Amino acid sequence: MDKGRFKSGQGLEFGLYTLGDHLPHPETGERISAKQRIQEIIEVAKLAEQAGIDFISVGESHQDYFATQAHTVVLGAIAQATEKIKIGSSSTIISTLDPVRVYEDFSTIDLISEGRTEIIAGRASRIGLYDLLGYDLHDYEELYEEKFELLRKINEEEVVNWSGNFRKSLKDAKVLPRPLEGKLPIWRAVGGTPASAMKAGYAGVPMFLAHLGGAASHFKGTIDAYRETAKANGHDPDSLPIATAGFFYTAETTQQAQREYYPHINEGMKLTNGRGFPKQQFAQSADIRSVVNVGSPQQIIEKILYQHELFGHQRYIGQMDFGGVTMAQLRKNIELIGTEILPAIRKYTSKGHDE
Amino acid sequence: MNKMNVVVLSGSTVGSKTRTAMNQVMEKLDKHTVDATLIDLADYTIQWSDGRHYLDYDGDTKYVTQTIMDADVLLIGTPVFQASIPGTLKNVFDLLPERAFEHKTVSVVMTAGSSKHYLIVDQQLKPILNYMKAHITQSFVFVEEKDFLNKQIINDDIHFRLQDLVDDTLLLSETLKQLREQKEAEFDF
Repeated sequence: MDKGRFKSGQGLEFGLYTLGDHLPHPETGERISAKQRIQEIIEVAKLAEQAGIDFISVGESHQDYFATQAHTVVLGAIAQATEKIKIGSSSTIISTLDPVRVYEDFSTIDLISEGRTEIIAGRASRIGLYDLLGYDLHDYEELYEEKFELLRKINEEEVVNWSGNFRKSLKDAKVLPRPLEGKLPIWRAVGGTPASAMKAGYAGVPMFLAHLGGAASHFKGTIDAYRETAKANGHDPDSLPIATAGFFYTAETTQQAQREYYPHINEGMKLTNGRGFPKQQFAQSADIRSVVNVGSPQQIIEKILYQHELFGHQRYIGQMDFGGVTMAQLRKNIELIGTEILPAIRKYTSKGHDE
Repeated sequence: MNKMNVVVLSGSTVGSKTRTAMNQVMEKLDKHTVDATLIDLADYTIQWSDGRHYLDYDGDTKYVTQTIMDADVLLIGTPVFQASIPGTLKNVFDLLPERAFEHKTVSVVMTAGSSKHYLIVDQQLKPILNYMKAHITQSFVFVEEKDFLNKQIINDDIHFRLQDLVDDTLLLSETLKQLREQKEAEFDF
């Protein structure tokens, strides 16, 4: 495993992510200020680090009910407030940004954080930002492919010569500062479909796979498609890290976890996606085969180990703060992760655990 | 308890038969205590679907999609154009998310110039509604040219059948809602 910053035999990394949503509490209907929301995200990063969580990331969304449009600024604050935890974006919408500026930002965050920073580049599931940032939606695919390639080129080459359709050419350009170790881990954000995963496979790029709901085995198909495509295109699948991302919430019992988190997800999705989360599908989280990691610590441990056996992935990140979850609840989650979930996951996924 | 939210959609920008039939559907709804909204696509300027999420549109397009998404019951009126549903109606479907009709009850009134088009509901419209996860009222009302005169429906049988369709649709919606609530109560979260 040479791409990314994974050591061989280290076991599954566990992280947290936020989309930076800024939604009202489902029961009270009240919404904290954007100031409080952003400060709580930074606070969660600090608590996560103290609990021994490996990774934290912040997403970029340009629409109502979101607060981290300037996600790199928030990541800079997290870099300063923490010392060990790895930091990333989830994701950076590279399609509507200038890869040069993105790289400058993330290299700088990498220097502030002393080499802990990664980029996860996606292309947005909602497209309001195209108007806001001045891009044409018709170029959705071309924008992403071209800008993602440029971002990777800047990462690989200190002096860049490049020309494309959506940005002025670069001639002997130096993109500075350089990150601490010369390069940043750059991931391709992928939705649930095999076709999307195969695109990451063609290019031999590490894949960050989002899974909202459904059977874990379904996503196994997507991961297989990624690895097979990578192999067929001359890349070594064993050198390509895979990370997965989805809903996460834990409480003393599975029923309590479902009870506490469901209203947040359901009401939050109604506001951001126009449709709630079907209760029947959410109820399946109690089954180990469902990819939704909501349940008691023991239940979550079993689920994550089951997913690890299926996927063979290097990192899982959970979204536990969607839809106005309170700081008190987030603290409780982090405590259970640190005291119960992490020790078990590390024990059972590190190399040589059963010897 | 919230009143059932019913949307009556007249799915064409051409002609008058479908609108006439859907006006009748609105009248048949009067005997029920529901919130009913009539949307005649001829009254709105709607964009062609360009793939974006429906929440990201504005103006008439946003109004029509949002109103449909908020409905418990959708009564769709459609003419037959070129042996199929009109593009205007298909565009509304294309604007909506994949599972837009999940937990909604959807019924169909079709108007046509000829009885030869009778199977178009079963063969072309219902597969779309099924794909979008609608609960479809099994029977539909098929109204022919000869049933209309001067923008009125003159065939008494059509009036009976429209009233039955409305009644059955609301009953089905109410029943499915109760069953769903019963099922969801079992989850205990």
